[in-house]
Amino acid sequence: MLDDFLNQFLPSTVGGLVFGSIYALIALGYTMVYGVLRLINFAHSEIFMIGTFTSLVVITAIAPASPLTGIALFGVMLLIIVASAAISGGAAMLLEVVAYRPLRRKGATRLTALISAIGASLFLQELFALVIIPWLTGNAGRNQQSAPRIVDRDTVFTIGNAAVRTDHIIVVVAAVIMMIALDRLVNKTKIGRGIRATAQDPEAAVLMGVSIDNIVRVTFLLGGAMAGVAGALYLMEFENTVFNVGFVLGIKAFTAAVLGGIGNLRGALLGGIVLGLIENWGAIFLGSEWKDVIAFTVLVVVLMFRPTGILGESLQKARA
Amino acid sequence: MSGARLGRVLALAAASSLVLAACAGGGGGGEAGGDVTSVKIGFMGDLTGENAAIVIPPRNGAVMAVEEYNAKNPKIKIELVQYDSQGKADQATSLITKAITQDKIVALIGPAFSGESKAIGGQLEEGKIPSVSPSATNPGLAQNGWTYWHRVVANDADQGPGIADFLVKAKSPKKAFVLSDDQEYSVGLADAVAQSFEKSNVTVERDKFSKDASDYSSTVTKVAASNPDVIVFGGYYAQAGRLLKQLRDGGVKATFASGDGSLDQQLVTGAGTEAAEGAVLACPCNIPTPDVTGALKTFFDNYKKSANVDPAIYATEGYDAATAFIKAVEAGNTTGEKINDFLKSVSFDGVSKPIKFKANGEPENNAIFIYQVVDGKVKLLGAAEEAKLEG
Repeated sequence: MLDDFLNQFLPSTVGGLVFGSIYALIALGYTMVYGVLRLINFAHSEIFMIGTFTSLVVITAIAPASPLTGIALFGVMLLIIVASAAISGGAAMLLEVVAYRPLRRKGATRLTALISAIGASLFLQELFALVIIPWLTGNAGRNQQSAPRIVDRDTVFTIGNAAVRTDHIIVVVAAVIMMIALDRLVNKTKIGRGIRATAQDPEAAVLMGVSIDNIVRVTFLLGGAMAGVAGALYLMEFENTVFNVGFVLGIKAFTAAVLGGIGNLRGALLGGIVLGLIENWGAIFLGSEWKDVIAFTVLVVVLMFRPTGILGESLQKARA
Repeated sequence: MSGARLGRVLALAAASSLVLAACAGGGGGGEAGGDVTSVKIGFMGDLTGENAAIVIPPRNGAVMAVEEYNAKNPKIKIELVQYDSQGKADQATSLITKAITQDKIVALIGPAFSGESKAIGGQLEEGKIPSVSPSATNPGLAQNGWTYWHRVVANDADQGPGIADFLVKAKSPKKAFVLSDDQEYSVGLADAVAQSFEKSNVTVERDKFSKDASDYSSTVTKVAASNPDVIVFGGYYAQAGRLLKQLRDGGVKATFASGDGSLDQQLVTGAGTEAAEGAVLACPCNIPTPDVTGALKTFFDNYKKSANVDPAIYATEGYDAATAFIKAVEAGNTTGEKINDFLKSVSFDGVSKPIKFKANGEPENNAIFIYQVVDGKVKLLGAAEEAKLEG
């Protein structure tokens, strides 16, 4: 047992950090929308899925004969990240207009919006499986779709017995950069101030001349773009995707958001990384099939002692 | 709805179904007693549902066998009637009733899947209709005491030992890592493989993951830490492809093997050509690939002519199942009972393997066939006893 732990601890940590970064990026979208609207956007997992397919289409179109390096790699990575962020952000805005705005206008309860979210989630999955994936790829819509390799799996350096590869570094670095950018945007810009004001007190924000519709739109755009980036990184790392790829991942990312403190951007980062690490560490002792159990056990234990999550809610407490 | 009205509706429904049945029950086969000039044999399976890809090839094989036979202008012609059960037990039940009472089939090729086979086995027994399934692999089917039921494939319980024994012979491993996800088929196959390895004194380590997981890094870490000689994954190609890719990316170089659930070109697309290269796949099915020789080659060419596609999974088994009945009819047997008696002693060299049935309907020859990914294509190496790995 102890031997296992010593042998597997460092490689597990690397794997946990990489996947935790992807959790964290998806968790941002859950957290932002919740902070502003008090709504759990369950269709967010499909926004991530749309991001993976956008990247798939772009990578397949480029189809490098061999994995890229240096400036070419940087360019292609930037291209798939921007394309996925744009398409996913757009899809998230559209989702808001179709599934949530009419309900918000009519003053429907939050439960109604939740059902609408679940409906939108299933609708998007099936739409992709039945129509969009066959049209994009020419393959059966429910099959796994694979992408060519653009990043070589070269070991950059080793820590003990853990190999840190090029792709690991790209995922973690890209995720952290996106998080910092988002954090700056929310804390330092005018639109960010609008987001925080709306989260804190929607009525007062309206009186101060904040357009709620605009703020909501921007919130969905930003959250969706982050899910798009997560989709791009996911596809680069795992090189395949499927119409329901977001289902389990989405639930886990939502867990990460709650763990860190729903409505708290830094909490999403922390929650994602913690979840990724704890899953992988737990798997050393119990086996990989226990990952989901471990994740939710940790969530329940944390919520027993800190009902608002590790860092608590912050979007609304922030001082403008 | 009041009682009287309900009664009227039911009567109407019953009457209309009788009318429909009368319309549907077209020309029957040969009349018993007189000189029979044709008999009807059924084929049942999922022809249009979600798993049709596994049933259409054996259907094509059966059609081909019957066409070849009828082309010889025999005394007793065979008409093949197809029943699309969609792989569902309830559909199979109503279809078999129609097949026995109206169409008067004398034998049935199928049902293709285990669930539907289990559902209609009793009806076939009562109706004295012999059946030969080309693809139902559940071990329990042979344990019902049915005397009219047969199959031409090895069952799931043979597959695990088949994979393990083959690898022991080919690679003489000291340590094996056996993996599965959380699906029933996957766990069952992995357990059988692990037990067989242990019987051969190979050290076995295990890990399991959720079928929906996308990140197998913890599994890869375990395998890398254990440094096994062979890795066996019991499961389907979607998970196998992802797993194999991540294992190879994680620097694990040991031989990777899997069972029939992974026997598909999609394993190669999922894992990537480079990672999939050399992967070993076992299946109770014998699928000729374009490079085969001899009788299999003849079958390959004829099938291509007849169906316009390359033979796929269970095509040869469908052909052999049909051939067993054809031999019975050729010998002048035109009733279910007589055909069934004939099957007890039938013995011929089928395309997939030598065909002979045990008393419980299982095939004498329960060969497992070995395939390997060579240059990005799944290639048939032959029956496990004589197959030699490449590379």
